[in-house]
Order: sequence, then structure tokens, then C-alpha cells
Amino acid sequence: MDKDTVMNSQAKDTADSEHKKDFKKAMAEWQEKFANAKFKVDRKFTTGSMEEVNPLYTPVDTGGIEDVGPEYMNKIGFPGEYPYTRGVQTNVYRGKIWTMRQFSGFATPKETNERYHYLLKNGQTGLSVAFDLPTLMGYDSDSPRSKGEIGVCGVAVDTLQDMEIIFDGIPLDKISTSMTINAPSSILLAMYCVVAEKQNVPLEKITGTLQNDILKEYIAQKEWIYPPEPSIRLITDIMEFCAQNIPRYNTISISGYHIREAGATAAQELAFTLADGFCYVESGIAAGLDVDEFAPRLSFFFNSHLDFFEEIAKYRAARRIWAKRMKEKYGAKKKQSLLMRFHTQTAGCTLTAQQPENNIIRTAYQALSGVLGGTQSLHTNSMDETLALPSEKAVTIALRTQQLISEETGVVNTIDPLAGSYFVEALTDRLEQQAEAYFDEIEKRGGVLKCIEEGFFQRELADSAYRYQQELDKNERIIVGVNKYVHENEEIEIPILEIDEKVAINQVASLNKVKENRDNDKVSRSLEDLRKVIQTNENHMPALLECVRCYATEGEIVDIMRSVFGEYNEPPII
Amino acid sequence: MEQKFRILLAKPGLDGHDRGVKVIAAALRDAGFEVIYTGLRQTPEQIVNAAVEEDVDAIGVSILSGAHMTLFPAIKELMDEKGLKDVLLFGGGIIADVDAKKLADMGCGRIFGPGTPTPDVVKYLKEALPGKREKEQIF
Repeated sequence: MDKDTVMNSQAKDTADSEHKKDFKKAMAEWQEKFANAKFKVDRKFTTGSMEEVNPLYTPVDTGGIEDVGPEYMNKIGFPGEYPYTRGVQTNVYRGKIWTMRQFSGFATPKETNERYHYLLKNGQTGLSVAFDLPTLMGYDSDSPRSKGEIGVCGVAVDTLQDMEIIFDGIPLDKISTSMTINAPSSILLAMYCVVAEKQNVPLEKITGTLQNDILKEYIAQKEWIYPPEPSIRLITDIMEFCAQNIPRYNTISISGYHIREAGATAAQELAFTLADGFCYVESGIAAGLDVDEFAPRLSFFFNSHLDFFEEIAKYRAARRIWAKRMKEKYGAKKKQSLLMRFHTQTAGCTLTAQQPENNIIRTAYQALSGVLGGTQSLHTNSMDETLALPSEKAVTIALRTQQLISEETGVVNTIDPLAGSYFVEALTDRLEQQAEAYFDEIEKRGGVLKCIEEGFFQRELADSAYRYQQELDKNERIIVGVNKYVHENEEIEIPILEIDEKVAINQVASLNKVKENRDNDKVSRSLEDLRKVIQTNENHMPALLECVRCYATEGEIVDIMRSVFGEYNEPPII
Repeated sequence: MEQKFRILLAKPGLDGHDRGVKVIAAALRDAGFEVIYTGLRQTPEQIVNAAVEEDVDAIGVSILSGAHMTLFPAIKELMDEKGLKDVLLFGGGIIADVDAKKLADMGCGRIFGPGTPTPDVVKYLKEALPGKREKEQIF
């Protein structure tokens, strides 16, 4: 060896030993934290052949310390440690299996309450409320705009009384509830708080999630009421109110799900969702809140689409990007502010009306990639959802799919089992780079709100959706039962849950009764108080709680807000 | 020379799911149709008025919220009132076969479900519309 080579190899050895030293130290720390972790799943972690499985595998397990590369600590690291690529908790599913949370709600509050009791009895571990379109859009059941939509794609809620019935016999200090509501989210949150009051459950004990993500409504799902600016103000009010009163409640579920359903690619879902997240962080900071006060309660919601490994990589990339930006760009100090916790739902848009039983299998693979990606909670779609709301049998199979992954497949035995796969790590890196490129583009275009206003996201999604459909039309992409392996003249015969016309009649009757029995003077006074508050910068939650307590309807409250904030109109873009 | 048919695409009711309608809009445009899209949350009155103003050959309605049995008949009724007898009403969305059959009995055209290849929609319109036009010219 000549002199230069010797020197180079010595320098390399030192650098090498540095990152190996870091690795060893981090490994020892992780082992200690794992041993002392507060939560432990009580179960045997062995293979199907009764062999032990370690909670974590690293390069050391295959090639010894020599296999630990210089980038391992920067890019992959340890579960529960920065940059959280391998998971946000130290022990992931060794500590707690994900929450099995089926999104559900239909017809009147009474029928929804019965479905919830059924799901909880069958081993579901959290609730997720689906509201009907009038509720999502802020119309009461007696509004002309609600015709034909009452109780159809979710449960109808007009007043506090409906929420009291939905949660009858369900202790809000024991069961966490997710509520999919956006434009009128603070009203439903207020109703939920008052139900808790009436159950004598202190607010600091309630857990759950409010979707409350208006940005993705403008981008993808289109259920808005007010323009972006006042909508964001309502959200920052909620963040502040919850930080002070409901510390364990997730105030926003920043959602990629709907962005993906509207046609996004995996990279677009990742990028636009995180960009929305950063926009909420910036809004909170601009409203004078401390980032570490509200960021720990931001949570996420992703789609799980058809491509198995790409989806897993997406979740891993998401955790890493969020942690890095929160720390480096927004100066978050608390560890909790860096953690991307997320819910996953299998992709509704991949379900087929043709050969609907195949949807059970599609959903199982998608659920599995959510679990391999480390999701905190999961909804599995039912096979009949391209046609209507799911029947009880279909919902049960969907829930069993999750239980089967948890109890039978062994994938929960070890944390982030795909780390170190050349393919998955390369995909993770690529998705991160693609997301970063979009962040630059969004910034160049003047930020998220500007991009919404100019239809940038909407056009990107429409283009991707059309490209996807063209690939299907040309048979370049195969969907089993749709453009290959087709049953000619297939008659679709699965039982469908139909919403009876009586639902609307009963719901309107029940609303009329509430209006007769409440103190209408008190209602008018509370609504006027609310109007005064929202005309200022004062937090609107206390005034809103008063309106809800005296059984003001959702529509009455929204009318007050609409009269102050105005209404949003989207320029149609095709 | 081939006629350029005008198609109004509409989203009635409260439903905001517009992926499908936008894909259809792009596919029809690429196939040589003239496409007018109403945007979201149009009432049946707004849709039928737009059809009259734009002098369209067909109205395509997209509904994924389950409110189709209220909204389709409302649109059809208004079309009859305004004398749009030669305008084809067709649609798509989350609509079960039994409902599609009921709508056909009320005089609606084809209802396309999830998984429909876009060329099927193009083919259907190219076959259905010339007949309508000829009828119009006879009167």
C-alpha cells in the first residue's frame, strides 16, 4: 500500500468508527427504553413455527456492525427516535396494536347508536362518526337543500339531542371517537363536549380526533362553507381551546385520504398533505400560539392504495419529512411536536362494483401495507361500498380482516419489518425527494392558499385522475374483474343497506320537537352573542358551547357564521 | 361532416366528489364533444336553465351521495316542463342497478357505474345523439 492509500483508509476508519459508535449508543438507548416501556402487548411473539422473533432487527442482525452504513442513523435510525422513519413510538405494535376504527354512521342517531354498540361488542376499539351531507355542509334536516340526502351517507345531526342519542351508553372517557367533519367542525366538537359534560366526564379525559381539515376540502373533497381565511381562524380557535381544555384530543386530522381519492399519485398525496400540515403550523404560529403548544395534537390521515410497497414507503417518508421540517424549519422543541401519528383507510376508489367479493382481498392487502407502514389506527372498507353503505355482514368481514392481520399473520411481531429492504428504502427516499420538489413549487407559487385560489392542486389532481383512467381504458393498467378476468353479463347480487324514506320524516319530526321544547329566547340570545364574538378576534368556542347547550341547531349556528364570514365559491376547473 | 354535440355535465345536490365528472369531461372533450361543466352543488333548476341557455344535446349528471332517486326525477320533470324532450339525460355515480332500471322507466338514459371505461360513454353518446338530432330536424 502506498502512503496516500494508508492515510485515506485511516481517515475512513475513523469516520467509520464514528457512525458505528453512534449506532451502538443509540441501540443501547433504544434497548433500555424498550425494556422500560409503559405499554406492553401481552402476547407471545413467535413465528408460525414457534421460533422467537426479536422486537427489532437492524443491519447488525445480518452482517454484524460492518453492515451499518454511514447514512443509517440520519435516514433510518431507531423506532421512537429522530427522524422517526421506523415509527413514532419505541415499541410500536409491541406496545399497542393499532386502533381498529371503522368509519360508520347512517340514518337516524338511534340506528347509528345501535351500530356502534354492535361494533364495540365485536371487538372494535374506537369509534368514527360518519355524518350525512346536510350535516357536513351545515344544513338542518328541514332545509330544502337537504332533500334526498338525510341520513343517506352518514348520520343526521341537527342539535345536541342527536349527539346525546348517538353516544347513549358509550362512556366518552373510555372510548375514543373520531369525527369526520370539517367546515362546521367546531359546532360538532362543542356538541361532543356537552355530551361529555352530561355524562360527567371531565374534558381532559376525552380522547379522539376531529378531522377539521378545511384545506383538503378546497383541494379535493369540496365540502366547504366559508372562504379559507375565516375557516382557518375557526381552526386556530379550536387548536387554542383544545390545548387549554382537552389536552388529549387531536385537533386536526390532516388528510391525504381525500386528495388520493380525488386522483392524486402517492407523491402528490404525500406532498399536498404535508404542505397543508405546514400551512396549519404557520397559521397557528401567526395567531400567536407556541408551536409546541398545538403541534403535538396535530394528527394525519392517509390513504392505502393498491401499490403495496409504494404505500409503505409513503408512510415512512411522511414521518421523516414531518420530523425534519418541524425541528429544522419551525423550531419545535418538544419531541411530541415532531411525531407524525396517522390513521389509515384503505382506498375506497380502488373498490370495484364488478365481482365485489374481490374487494375483500384488495382491502386486506391495503390494510397490510398500512400496518407495515406503522399506522396508529385503521379503517378497512367493506366489499359493498361502491354501491351503498355497507351491510352488517360486510362490515364484520372488514373488521375481521384487521383482527386477522393482528392475530394470525405475525407481522406485528417486529417493528418496521421492511427497513433495510433496498427497494423500500429507495422508494422512501424517492418519495421524500418528490415531496420536497412539490414543496418548492408550492412556495414558488405563493403558498398553499394561493395554490388553492389558482386551482393548482385541483388541476394536478384532475390530470393524474385522467391519466390513470386512460391507462385503464388502454389496458395498460389492470383491475381484476373490470378490464381483465371479466364475468360477462355479471349480475351484481349483494345485499345492500337501503335508507328508508321514513328516516328523513322521523329526523325532521324529531327536530321540530326539539324546537318546540327549547327556550327560544335563550337560543336567540346565545346566537346573537356568538355573532358578536366572531366579529372580533376572540375565541368563539365558549360562545358556541352556550348555543349548543340550549339546543340551537347546526343550521342556525352556520347561518350566523355565514352572515359574518360569507360563502366560498369555487371557479369550476376542468 | 361530423356534428359537434354539446354536452352539459352537472353535479347536483350537496355531493362534492368531482373526480368522475372531471374525467368524463376530459374524455368527452378529447373525443370531440363540446363540454360545459356546471361546477358543484347546482340545483335542478340551475342545471336545466343552463341546458336551455347553452342549447345542449345531452345532460350528464354525476351523483355519488345516494340522493339520485330525488335529483334525477327532479331534473327530468323540469326538462319536460321546459320542453327539452329531445335532450338526452344520462348519468353516473354510485347507483345500484335496481335504481338505474327505475330511472330508465322514468325516461332517463344510461347510468354508468364505477369501473366504466370512458370509451363506453363516448360510444353510447355517439350512437344515441344523432337519432335525437334527426328527430329534432323533422319537427
